[in-house]
This record gives sequence, structure tokens and C-alpha cells, in this order.
Amino acid sequence: MSALKIKKGATSHSAYNLRPNFSDVVERHTLAVLVENEPGVLARVIGLFSGRGYNIDSLTVAEVDHTGHLSRITIVTSGTPQVIEQIKAQLGRIISVHDVHDLTVEGASVERELAMFKVAGKGDHRVEALRLADIFRANVVDSTLESFIFEITGAPEKIDAFADLMRPLGLIEVARTGVAALSRGD
Amino acid sequence: MKRQMTGAKMIVQALIDQGVDTVFGYPGGAVLPIYDEVFQQNSIKHILVRHEQGAVHAAEGYARSTGKPGVALVTSGPGATNAVTGLTDALMDSIPIIVLTGQVPTFMIGSDAFQEADTVGITRPCTKHNWLVKETDKLSSVVHEAFHVATSGRPGPVLIDIPKDVQFATGIYTPKTTSTSHYQPQVKGDLEEITELVAAIEKAKRPVFYTGGGVINSGPAASQLLRELVEATGFPITSTLMGLGCYPASGDKWLGMLGMHGLYEANMAMHGCDLMINIGARFDDRITGVIDSFSPKSKKAHIDIDASSINKVIRVDIPILGDVAHVLEDLLKIWKSRGRKTNSEAVAKWWKQIEEWRSVDCLKFEQKGKVIKPQYALSRLEALTKDHDRYICTEVGQHQMWAAQYLGFEDPNRWMTSGGLGTMGYGFPASIGVQMAHPDATVINVAGEASWLMNMQEMGTAMQYNLPVKQFILNNERLGMVRQWQELLHGERYSQSWSESLPDFVKLAEAFGAKGILCSDPDDLDDAIMEMLNHDGPVIFDCLVEKHENCFPMIPSGKAHNEMLMGDADTQNAIDAKGSVLV
Repeated sequence: MSALKIKKGATSHSAYNLRPNFSDVVERHTLAVLVENEPGVLARVIGLFSGRGYNIDSLTVAEVDHTGHLSRITIVTSGTPQVIEQIKAQLGRIISVHDVHDLTVEGASVERELAMFKVAGKGDHRVEALRLADIFRANVVDSTLESFIFEITGAPEKIDAFADLMRPLGLIEVARTGVAALSRGD
Repeated sequence: MKRQMTGAKMIVQALIDQGVDTVFGYPGGAVLPIYDEVFQQNSIKHILVRHEQGAVHAAEGYARSTGKPGVALVTSGPGATNAVTGLTDALMDSIPIIVLTGQVPTFMIGSDAFQEADTVGITRPCTKHNWLVKETDKLSSVVHEAFHVATSGRPGPVLIDIPKDVQFATGIYTPKTTSTSHYQPQVKGDLEEITELVAAIEKAKRPVFYTGGGVINSGPAASQLLRELVEATGFPITSTLMGLGCYPASGDKWLGMLGMHGLYEANMAMHGCDLMINIGARFDDRITGVIDSFSPKSKKAHIDIDASSINKVIRVDIPILGDVAHVLEDLLKIWKSRGRKTNSEAVAKWWKQIEEWRSVDCLKFEQKGKVIKPQYALSRLEALTKDHDRYICTEVGQHQMWAAQYLGFEDPNRWMTSGGLGTMGYGFPASIGVQMAHPDATVINVAGEASWLMNMQEMGTAMQYNLPVKQFILNNERLGMVRQWQELLHGERYSQSWSESLPDFVKLAEAFGAKGILCSDPDDLDDAIMEMLNHDGPVIFDCLVEKHENCFPMIPSGKAHNEMLMGDADTQNAIDAKGSVLV
């Protein structure tokens, strides 16, 4: 567990706010959900969202602790504060879920996403694409005479911005990993 | 010492170690090894039902009436899919049951094998948790974990799917130990929040206790502590359908059930209170009516073991996450240590107001003429059985609401009804489960003829095990509640809400070898009920009642607690367009 910097048993104290505010403003929250790495666990989490009508803006999952059989699911979701509280409480109810952390409210956090962009073009467009990729610190990971694949890492907003710039330059395919996030400090 | 045994034997051994005495089930190809082990032992009684849905409802009835988890054993494919309604019912009403399903052998999973279904996939949303066990070595520890999960925290149904090759294979049995599971729900409430509730209790002028099934699920100690708290504070108490019996109906602080078909005084008290203390209830839509006008002036406290129930529907001021018994114990301790204070003068005034509401006598009815009113039938059933060691089950519909209104419950675990899911066909198999757990008690299933027909095959089970369950059918030859809504909402167009070609229930009883009683005259009713009670064996009681009786009081859809309909005279245009989309 130490590798994850998440205190054991923190769920009932940190993630749930039993006295939430009830504004109607839709907020975007990033949740880190630590789950038992067992068959069907992702279906439990996704089924909860579809069954109760919650939004998933992005979702990533991978094993993070092999000996402890734990996977970390990072979910970016949106809803009113009441809905966000419900999502956290409902996630906490799933038996395979060990901990739920709302990185958006539990202090500062860092969010990163990796994306690959395939951009096809000739002449000036090709040069301009390379120049912009350099500014965004995107790497070329594949190249033909008429296309590049760029790899870029950053906050989702940075990737959105890069996509907006590449579109007129011949963007033909995008693959994004979804958000991985960690809280800052200890 | 490590014990080697087959997976099938492990299942039986684990059930024995968990203290299981009764299993409700139905065999099939994928559970034959387990049934072979069931055959070779005498510790566990197996009750052969006639349909898997019946097995699950029977397990629910067993669980609700004992406080112990119920167990059902069914085969793969159709066996498992037939269990789905019961699982969903148990999930909605927080009933601890363990359902064991057979599965095709591991090497055939995914091949669309005979009687294969994706059981864990299908039941994932209708169980608290489920497992597909692919290794025999893990089987026994999963069974022990399943009992822990089903009974800890907010109870609920769990399912274990066991492939046939896992049942045949040999592995090492893990005995029951104290749980090492990471699932350990918080039971103690936050003392600061509890103290805040105590302060609110001390100041309240118009308080009301709003209790629910959580009190009963918390165990007998919770009901005991609740009774102590109510007597000591002198506050009025109401309860949801699920909570009936946690406070005695004969108690003078009892307002009766609240909600859509709740009592006038209970709903008015909820609407007008200044402190609402929700203990183990969940602000269900049958309780709240329209949310915007729900108890507008009250401070609300909510004690619940499930964090997702708090602030889900109604915003509360004092949230307390914890088990009812644990929280009430701390609450009483703190309240006593602070001098047992209440605002008794204001509360006395509140009671005067409540007495005025009570004097409306919202359940009054007049039995005249030669047709039995359903209210009269239940009043007589209550009068003639209230001194019995009595357990009541119901089906779903008008009869269920009348039973909740006209029968009195003095103790918890005496009332088995499908609240959240509203499952027609629940009551009869549930009564079989109850009678198995309480062989000498009077077990009555108050039913409507339409609901009862949904699981009537269980007459075979009742006869096979000589379970003297009394099926008290209020027969109006209608789907009464559907008919009532069509009258109120759909211009009296009674689409498909009556039953032609009903069976002759007396002959039906006789066909199974049971006793049938027909009663249509109010003057014969008492004698007929006594005949039912005195018969040692299953009885189908066909009570022909008024066909067009409506169930009142009623909070119409889209209305608030203080806008109840009290009788047929009030029903003109009672539901507006906005309300008519609600269920």
C-alpha cells in the first residue's frame, strides 16, 4: 500500500462528505478508486454508473499492486455536488472497492494523460505540424513520407489544445489513454 | 489439520459450519454433486420447492422471521435466472440471503453450453456481491466470506456460482474463522453528530420518530433501545412498511404506518414536525410524496448504516452513519448524562394536535350489507389471531396496504412483505420459509387472488412438508391496486385489470390435498376464520370481498403529506398531469 500513498481505511472519513452542499452547478471530479484485482470488478464499477445514470468522462484502470492484488481505477465524472457524493457513496458500497478518493476535493493533485495523434499531409502542413509538436513537446513515434504519429503527455486540456491545432493540419486518428491522477505531496 | 474433500462436500460442510439448518432448493444437472452430498447427511434439511423463485422468497421469509441468513440452492441457467426476482427483492429490502447456483464446468464456460447462463453477469446488479469460484481450494473460504458479506453492514443477497467440475474436484477445506475480510462496515456513529441530535431532541417542540426496516435488520437490541427511547422522551413514532413491529402497535406513542397509504395522523405529523428523526429508513418515494413539499419546516436527522442512503433523496441536517443499535445506545447514554431533558410542555401541545388528527379516524369503515369489506375481513383476522404466536406475510397490492393498516405488530420479525420491489408472488413462498423456521407458529399469508396465483405451485411444497400455512386470500376478482389507479388516473378504463376464469380455490386446495374454505357472508366470517386456524395443515381461504373497494387514505402521486385523499368522495381530479407520470 505504501507505493500508493493512500492511508488504509481512509474511505469513511475522507471521501464521503455527509454534509455536502446542494448547489445545482455541475462539477467535474476525478476519483481514484482502489479495487480488488479480480474478474468482473470493472463491470461492477461501470455497471454502477450505467445503472444509476451517472456520467463517465474518462476511465483508466490498471493493476498497481501485484502482491496486494489491487488495481487503481481513475474515473473522471461530472455531476452536481449531490450526485458526486452519491457516486462516491455508491462506489464505496461495492464489496471489491477498498478505497474511494476524490482527488478534486482532497487537496492538490496532478493529472496526466497520454495520447497519440496520426496526422497526414504534405508540404507546409507537414512542416507546421512538426513545429507545433515541438512547441507541445510531442514526440514523433512513427513517420512515413505522408504521415506522422505524435505521442504527447500532459493534462487533458493540453491534449485537447493540441488536437484542436492538428485538426486543420490533417489529423486523421486519435487514441487517448484517459486520465491518470495522483494527489500531490505525502 | 488440513481436510481434503470434494467441492460439493465443502459446500455442505461450510453451510453446517455457518449454522445453517434449512436450505430451500431445486436440483438440476449442474448441482447434482452438491445434491449427492445433501443426500448423505442429516444436519441440514432441504426443502424442495416447486420453482426457483419460490426457493429464494422462502429463504427471504426464513431470514426476515429469524434474523439469520436464508439459503437457496438452484441449478445453472434457468435455475439461476428464475432466482433473479428473489435476489432483486432481497436487495431492495436488505434481506441477508445466500444463493448457491450450479454452473457448467469451467472448460465449457462461454461455449453456450446446455443450461449455461452468465449468472454472475446477470446477477451483478441484483446482489450485494457475487462470486464465480473456479478453484475448489477457494470454495469454502468464499462461502464463509459470503455469509460475512450478506450479514454485515446493510444486509443483502449474495450469490456463489459453482461450476460442476469445481464441485467434483478435491481441495483443502478452510474452516470458518473470524473474518479477515477488508469489508468491515462502520457500526459506531460519530459522537459529535449524536450529541447534536441529543441537543435537537432536548429542544424539539414537534418531534417525530420516523423508523424503518433498518431497526429490524439491526437486531432485537435495536427495537428494545428504540422502545426505551420512545418511552423516555414521550415522542410520537411512525414507521415505514418495512419497519412495522419495531415499536408495538399497541403502544400509545404509535401513530401507525406513514406514506402513500399511511395513516392521516402519521403523515400529518411528518409534514408538521420540527424535528424528524429517521432511524433506519431511506426516504423512499412511497414515503416522501412530492419531494419539494416534504416536511418543509423540520430539522432532519438520519441514522443509517449505508452512506449512500444519506442525502440521496432528502437533504438532512444531522447525518449519522452507523448501526441503529450502536447509535441508539450512545444516543441514550448521552441524553441521559445530560439530564434527560425534553421540552415537555411543547411536546404535550404537539400531542394535542396529533390527537385531533387521530380523531379523524382515517381507517374507519362501515361493514353493511351481505358483501364482506376487505377492511372488515382483516379486522376480524386481527381480532381472532392477535393472541397467537403469529407471523404475517403478504403479497403485493391493496390487500398488502390493508394488512399494514388493520393488523397490529407487537414485535419485530413478525411481518414479511415485499416493500421495495413490490413482488407479486412473494408472500406464499415466504410463508413457507417462515413456517419452516417456526413450526409451531400461526403463519398467515394475506394475499390477493392475482398475486397468489403467481406462485401457487408452492402448494406442493406446503403439502410435502405438511406446513400448515394459512393462505388468506381477499378475492375481489380484480388487480385491485391497478384498478384503483385506473379509476383515479385513466378515466375508469379498466384495461386488463380483472381476472376472468379464476380457479375454484376450494377445489384447487383439494386437488393438492389441502383444505379449502370459501367465505362470502360477513356473518360467517368469524367461524370460517376459526375453522382455518383450527385446521392442522395448509388452508386456502377464499374470502370473496367487495370488488370495487379502494384503499384509503392515499397520498396521490405528485402530492404532499398534507394533501391526502380520505375516501372516494375526494378522488375527483385528485391527480394532475405532472403526478400522473409517477408510479
